Amino acid sequence: MGCVESMNYEILMRDASFRECRDYIKQHFKESIDVQPGFKIFDVYLIGVPPIAIGLDADFIVFPYTKPCHGTFLLRVEDTAEAARLRTLKK
Amino acid sequence: MSGEPTTPSGTALLVLGCPQVPVQTSIALYLINRLKKSGVVPVVAGNKSANTLLVIADPDRHYLGEVIDLDRTVALISEKKRDFDRCFVFIHNDAGISYAATMGAISKAKLFVLIYGEHYDDLVKQVDFPCTIIAAKAVHNPMPLKKAIDEVKPWAA
Repeated sequence: MGCVESMNYEILMRDASFRECRDYIKQHFKESIDVQPGFKIFDVYLIGVPPIAIGLDADFIVFPYTKPCHGTFLLRVEDTAEAARLRTLKK
Repeated sequence: MSGEPTTPSGTALLVLGCPQVPVQTSIALYLINRLKKSGVVPVVAGNKSANTLLVIADPDRHYLGEVIDLDRTVALISEKKRDFDRCFVFIHNDAGISYAATMGAISKAKLFVLIYGEHYDDLVKQVDFPCTIIAAKAVHNPMPLKKAIDEVKPWAA
């Protein structure tokens, strides 16, 4: 998974569709932001059909990560600074 | 290649999908050939397996030009360090739709989607962004997709 491999991540969904990931975030997280494809989070440029939903839960960030052969993973990563940065984008 | 124009008339990015469907490599080489004959400079972006299939098939680079890692290509376009005149995205699964929508959002290129595989018609229904759709039920035999491409003539667009 490139740079993502070095993160301490939890996989919430695997081999999912972009639509399943978006629905999961909207249904399971009170706090989320919508971004466009190519949005950079950590060292990852998000792939997907716009709008791409990113879930926020305290210091945890939940985002889709797509690979050509494995579909889309929904990853959960704890990062205080990145969560704070994303919250500033909501305002 | 005989008859190849000496003056390039633009660039084209070929975004490869997972190479598990056999027609991808064949159609990619065919499209690269047609683009080059029309004076378009093709650049290929795929994951390691998809790129290696092409590089091994064309060791003297009669057809292939520049080959880039897919993640790096997305980064370069997103950072506006590079862009192309045309973009062809190979689609046979949900991830392909995601990559095509992404290219449509981050690139100024004229977007073509090549949709193939057993369930190509279901994938066509998921395309809700501006692009030219080239689609055929092609898994092992590339001819249906080649015919669909020839009808559109994207190298002349």
